[in-house]
Amino acid sequence: MTTILSMSDVTLLHGDGEETVTALDHVDLEVAAGELVAVVGPSGAGKSSLLAVAGALTRPTSGAVRLGDVDLVTAKDRDLTRLRRERIGFVFQSGNLVPALTSLDQLRLPLTFGKVADARDPQELLEAVGMGHKAKRRPHQLSGGERQRIGIARALVTRPQVLLVDEPTAALDRQRSQDVVGLLAHETHEQGVATIMVTHDHDVLHHCDRVLEMIDGRLSPVRVTAS
Amino acid sequence: MFLALRELIFARGRFALMGVVVALIAILMVLLSGLTVGLVNDGVSGLQRLPATSLAVQDGVSKDSAFSRSVVSTDAVETWREQPGVEDAAPFGNALVNARTDQDVEIDLALWGVETGSYLDPEVAEGKALAGEGEVVVSATAAEEGVEIGDTITIDPSGYQLEVVGILADQHTFGHVDIGYLPLRTWQEVKAGVRDGDVVPDRVYDEITAVAVRAEDGAEVDLAAGDEAAGTESMTIKDSYGASPGYTAETSTLQLVQGFLYAISALVIGAFFTVLTVQRKQEISVLRAMGASTSYLLRDSLAQSLILLVVSVAVGVGIGVAAGAALASTPMPFALEAAPIAGASALLIGLGVAGAAVAVLRITRVDPLSALGGSR
Repeated sequence: MTTILSMSDVTLLHGDGEETVTALDHVDLEVAAGELVAVVGPSGAGKSSLLAVAGALTRPTSGAVRLGDVDLVTAKDRDLTRLRRERIGFVFQSGNLVPALTSLDQLRLPLTFGKVADARDPQELLEAVGMGHKAKRRPHQLSGGERQRIGIARALVTRPQVLLVDEPTAALDRQRSQDVVGLLAHETHEQGVATIMVTHDHDVLHHCDRVLEMIDGRLSPVRVTAS
Repeated sequence: MFLALRELIFARGRFALMGVVVALIAILMVLLSGLTVGLVNDGVSGLQRLPATSLAVQDGVSKDSAFSRSVVSTDAVETWREQPGVEDAAPFGNALVNARTDQDVEIDLALWGVETGSYLDPEVAEGKALAGEGEVVVSATAAEEGVEIGDTITIDPSGYQLEVVGILADQHTFGHVDIGYLPLRTWQEVKAGVRDGDVVPDRVYDEITAVAVRAEDGAEVDLAAGDEAAGTESMTIKDSYGASPGYTAETSTLQLVQGFLYAISALVIGAFFTVLTVQRKQEISVLRAMGASTSYLLRDSLAQSLILLVVSVAVGVGIGVAAGAALASTPMPFALEAAPIAGASALLIGLGVAGAAVAVLRITRVDPLSALGGSR
């Protein structure tokens, strides 16, 4: 399998002077195409920082981050914005959809940010995540699970190489959590995306190819335990 | 515009509220503009329609009262006519009188004395031009008040009588009073308060208010040199507006009100978009994380404010013009002109966009990192 995202010896410090907090502590991580990697760990362990660095939202204090052929540490801000638009997909907690837009328009929105080569058809993608019948609904007319499906579809519409998922099941009940993570695993494998999912929810880990635990900014492998 | 249009439709309630405020400001602005133009017309339309380029009044007379106090000798007319660059010069007299027609119409008149046949002698739309002593031609607005051709106008308190022989084409008013043009000698007698049977001293026929000077096309008359030679003090026709009774006070008051209106609208729009942008902070951070560039978000928000402003100003101007058309038929000094309304609309939209721009610049300070919630 091809490695899409690689982080080596990445350290991220927050704050300055004596009040420095080590968010990421010499992290090494490689994610391959079609691989779903879960990152678990207590609050404040640095899981979101990992997503921020992997998603080109912030530059690490030291270490190397590469997405395909692009060095995320040295690239210009403008190139990083384009990279996020074309090659990275974000799925946020509880969807974080735009209130004014219908389901279909949520998917069309990322395609208006700029030219995206080989984008997926929004209507077909909506069908693929099982939301074709709610194309004209707005977020307030959808359930939490439905919103999260739209959020996943929105992240995938540009055919990203990397999918970064932040607590997708935080607001969902057990059954919906299984559905949503199942959908993530399915899309990851079918589309060959390198996916990192940060979660608290140990019940969904069996969908994942690999599980890592983050404690105090350090990343270590965990044996998958069947739930 | 993808997002801008959809948000306008989705949050139409709050945008409509803002739109109504802008539309009301636009209505007020049209009405104020109409009032300004109307007052200017009422105050100085006679001067605007005077074919002169400058007026030479008595040296040292206070500018505020130049039209009522100035006395110049008719000799100055000849001196001015010989100045280089002067095409023509003619005597000009002004006197405000209370009068009554034989149809019992009471009317205040600004009587303007001109030499018949001089370049100041006006053309009439109805009746005939000035020919002999004791005749008067009046502004179209005086005709609206009931003065008719053939009427005899009696001036209070002297009882001097004038015969209306013609009506001018347009509004000719001065200091909110209708103008009547009359032959110079008649004007001089009226001004001196001559009554029937009085012996008129010769000096009466030597006194005028000002010399009306007309420059040759494209020529610049050396007013200072002319004043030196004629012993007068010149003001251009535009400067003379300020000498019209009440003109400066009225226009500056209205300009002040309009200035405040523009400032208020810019601030209200700015405040509205500030609140809107603050409310959208989470959404904007998500959009930035998804790869929307700052310029995309700024363009989108500015397009939104522009659509809101253009639509509401258009609606407001439409209502304002309709209301103004109704007002224009009343005796209120009100006149709608396209140019000031277009200028004011552009200014309203421009300042509104500027106010919105200051507000939406907050977008640049939204950190896409805050899109990642929870356990960071």
